[in-house]
Amino acid sequence: MAPTDRRYTKEHEWARLDGQTVTIGITDFAQQQLGDVVYVELPKIGDTLTAMRPFGVVESVKAASDLFSPIGGEVIEVNAALDGAPELVNQDPYDQGWIIKARPSDPAEIDTLLTAEQYDTLTEGEQQH
Amino acid sequence: MTATATRPLVETPPLPAERLIFELGAPGRRGPALPASGVPEEPLEDLIPAKFLRREPLPLPEVSERDVVGHYTRLSRLNFSIDAGMYPLGSCTMKFNPKVNDQLAALPGFAAIHPLQPEETVQGALALLYGLQQCLLAISGMDACSLQPAAGAHGELTGMLLIRAYHRARGDARRTVVLVPASAHGTNPATAHMCGYTVREVPTNERGGVDLAALEASLGDDVAGLMLTNPSTYGLFEPDVARINQLVHAAGGQVYGDGANLNAILGITRPGDMGFDVMHFNTHKTFSTPHGGGGPGAGPVAAKGHLAPFLPVPLVAKRDGCFFLDHDRPQSIGHVRAFWGSFGILVRAYAYIRAHGPEGLREVSEDAVLAANYLRVRLRDAYPSRYDVGCMHETLHQATRWRDAGLGALDVAKRLLDYGFHAPTIYFPLGVPEALLIEPTETESVETLDRFVDAMLAIDREARETPQLLHDAPVTTPYRRFDEVAAARRPNVTYPSCVIG
Amino acid sequence: MPYSPHTEADRRRMLDAIGIASLDQLFSIIDPSLRRFAFDVPPMLPELDLQRHLGKLAAKNLDATTHPIFLGAGSYFHYIPAAVPALASRGEFSTSYTPYQPEVSQGTLQAMYEFQSMVCALMGLDVANASVYDGATALAEATTMARNITGRDSIAVPTTLHPHYRSVLDAYGVPLITLDVNLRERPSLDPGVVAGKLTDDVAALVVPSPNVLGVLEDWSALAEVAHQRGALLIAAANPVALGILAGPGACGADIAVAEGQPLGIPPAFGGPALGLMATRTRHLRHLPGRIVGAALDAAGRPGYVLTLRAREQDIRRERAASNICTNQSLIALQAAIYMSLLGKEGLPDIARVCAQRAHYAARRIAALPRYGVGADPFFHEFVVRCPIPAEEVARRVLNKGMVSGLPLGRWYPELERSLLVCVTEVHTREDIDDLVAALGDVG
Repeated sequence: MAPTDRRYTKEHEWARLDGQTVTIGITDFAQQQLGDVVYVELPKIGDTLTAMRPFGVVESVKAASDLFSPIGGEVIEVNAALDGAPELVNQDPYDQGWIIKARPSDPAEIDTLLTAEQYDTLTEGEQQH
Repeated sequence: MTATATRPLVETPPLPAERLIFELGAPGRRGPALPASGVPEEPLEDLIPAKFLRREPLPLPEVSERDVVGHYTRLSRLNFSIDAGMYPLGSCTMKFNPKVNDQLAALPGFAAIHPLQPEETVQGALALLYGLQQCLLAISGMDACSLQPAAGAHGELTGMLLIRAYHRARGDARRTVVLVPASAHGTNPATAHMCGYTVREVPTNERGGVDLAALEASLGDDVAGLMLTNPSTYGLFEPDVARINQLVHAAGGQVYGDGANLNAILGITRPGDMGFDVMHFNTHKTFSTPHGGGGPGAGPVAAKGHLAPFLPVPLVAKRDGCFFLDHDRPQSIGHVRAFWGSFGILVRAYAYIRAHGPEGLREVSEDAVLAANYLRVRLRDAYPSRYDVGCMHETLHQATRWRDAGLGALDVAKRLLDYGFHAPTIYFPLGVPEALLIEPTETESVETLDRFVDAMLAIDREARETPQLLHDAPVTTPYRRFDEVAAARRPNVTYPSCVIG
Repeated sequence: MPYSPHTEADRRRMLDAIGIASLDQLFSIIDPSLRRFAFDVPPMLPELDLQRHLGKLAAKNLDATTHPIFLGAGSYFHYIPAAVPALASRGEFSTSYTPYQPEVSQGTLQAMYEFQSMVCALMGLDVANASVYDGATALAEATTMARNITGRDSIAVPTTLHPHYRSVLDAYGVPLITLDVNLRERPSLDPGVVAGKLTDDVAALVVPSPNVLGVLEDWSALAEVAHQRGALLIAAANPVALGILAGPGACGADIAVAEGQPLGIPPAFGGPALGLMATRTRHLRHLPGRIVGAALDAAGRPGYVLTLRAREQDIRRERAASNICTNQSLIALQAAIYMSLLGKEGLPDIARVCAQRAHYAARRIAALPRYGVGADPFFHEFVVRCPIPAEEVARRVLNKGMVSGLPLGRWYPELERSLLVCVTEVHTREDIDDLVAALGDVG
């Protein structure tokens, strides 16, 4: 079940607020759907983020998926480890496989996202298709 | 009838790997002898200033002609090819490539001529291109034709650029959207995007046909046009095609026809009559030009009169019994490649059409559709057919009966290689789980079709009784399944000693 | 029908299996109104007559095996070793499909990996794709790369870029800044002048060298200027010239493109052609088209696969940078065979012969009264200033059985008296002397 220390989008990203910083990645459900990740196209530090607009792409051998930003803000760090080891997204999507860190324009915005419980309900529904 | 494989169905020891050309040869080894200049020479640095001259190494191979011939001959043996066997690839029309076409394209009068020669010195080439234009117009029911695009996707881009130019010339800047059916080939939305359009997907029904109600709802004065494939990517003829095109026209849009599936309708019906405004051809599908391992193809474009002014320049034209390149086309979108077209490929397409004539072309489509339906009825028990009506030149099935064993279309494709057949198209069209799109074409004999069916039925039995065979497949081919994930994660696309930087 | 194996008995068998009575029923779903039309394709020709018909069309063309043709301008006559067509015409290469099933396509895949590597060797860059349609479309794709990499929009191009290449950029809707070059006096780019024209919005500077008039450009100096302005340098090269000229990589180019036809492909009236693209490792994922990479199979054997495919149209759909889904595979194979046969020593040797013969021709023409040849550095193509309009010169020389060159007035009105002459290793000293004599007679 999805970790309860963070929030979720319906596009299968997670966002966790740590002090002034929001860390963003994709969920275990998403990485399973994608298959083996071969590359993550990362934004540049300083890029502006808009809620629910694409900020990067995650590629598997057979698919390319947009990454949608859960919140508005500014990119302050990207996970450079993904360059040499994109498989981190598959192996450890909630920790070592983080994708970017952002400074949110509005720290309260994260509370508008799905809770872990709501996200679990969403993925159970999708799995039945 | 039990299936027999072309080889025993046991794992065979691997062939020795062929080394890279860079690993053959030795320093100083040379190919064919080259001429000396034969003219009074000057030191190169006197002719060309030193700053332009190469100082860095040129790490090309150092091999003899014998080495080169051995290397490429051995490499060729690792390839499957139409010459050797059947490719039931849906949407690719892998028909036999007539040998006479290669012979004719190699004639010095076709190969050793320069595109910029005075037109009076290339009347034979221009006559051939003009003749091909006329044939394509007769086949498509269109009014004007450009032979310039270098591939199907290139022809598609050209077609959409025509539509963009047309609306611009009308002064209509509002039309920023192109409609693309959900079942469309991936080049369609990519092409629309390249032309600066926003793509709006139109839902298709369970037969891959356009949902008329959804189409009507999508149309508006922001729609530049619709991209449509008929027969569709499901291998079915769109019975409402004329109505669809009328609806788009009534809303002020244009209809682009993807000609990938033309092999079903040669001499049967014509895209122009269905109401398409512009279409492209794939000479390497419908007109037998060889696939060459991925290219070159050619993608001529034909259009109705109202789009003709925008066609790429020049067109091949005729005046007073002479052929010429007509550059005087002020509204043309310009060139989509340098010069006039992939002439060496167009020679083959022309020869193919001339070898058939009208009855011959009609028979091509009749036999192609006949063969596809023959496979459809014989395969549909083991491989559920996506629909219960007759198909056109290709038939759509699904490999969904052994999901519990974790097997699907990919495994069928790999196991077919062990039976000496290339795989059909898999996982296309999108939205059809474990899709197998099968197109036999008109050039495979009934015996071959029967052996293909036998192989498919044997694979179905294996999937149910001995699934490991499919998981491991292929085992009799020169190589086994590759780890494509690792290849994409840490790409090695250049031999290291060729990188001098 | 010449290539279908089906007899009436075969058709009957299939119709019975399907459960219909006639072929016509296969098309019953098509509205009858769409079935009625006059099918105006000429009657069929059996193979013998087909050979005769096309043989006659071919014989109507004046070709380079019987007459000297001194034309270049983007398509070139070169010696093609016999082993090139002999190997490339093997059915295993020519009639195979795109290598989507690598287990049965290692011939094509390994050949393409080798081709990519040879293109890198030639260009002095790190990575190359398995080719695109031609040099002009390669340039268009390179401009898209530059715009995506820099996030900027405009591309700076000189007027000495081949007009067809320029036309393709216009057709593709690339925003262009034109760099005017004095075509009559010194038809090459001045780095100082270019620097002033590169605004903050310029993604790349395109520099063909040799340019359309055959003149060599200074890639190194122009790369510096571009980089100072935050723009990339796209170098458009001639691949045979790279046998003796410094390559784009060594000169600081970020992306290199070329028309690969000179590498063992006949001119064939302009196509099929071969677009070469190469770049630095850091831009690999922006490179469009097919790319072949090394991989291991399940038995641990090294081989090759199509890779980095998530960039391509069938996966990215409308997010793809390009709609390209083919390469010129068989043509790339011919070029790879050619580069292998000529090799490390042979390609420079051929380039030297071209340069020596062309400069000999230029010297002799320059010595003719009332003719002039510019002093700008060139490889194998140069501009001849004629005493009368070049179209007339060309017409008179044609009457003597030679095609003397390209009258430039059709592309550049101010060059009405200029003829673009190209000399390669296929033109003998005798051919050149005949050309000089014919030009002398006209003047």
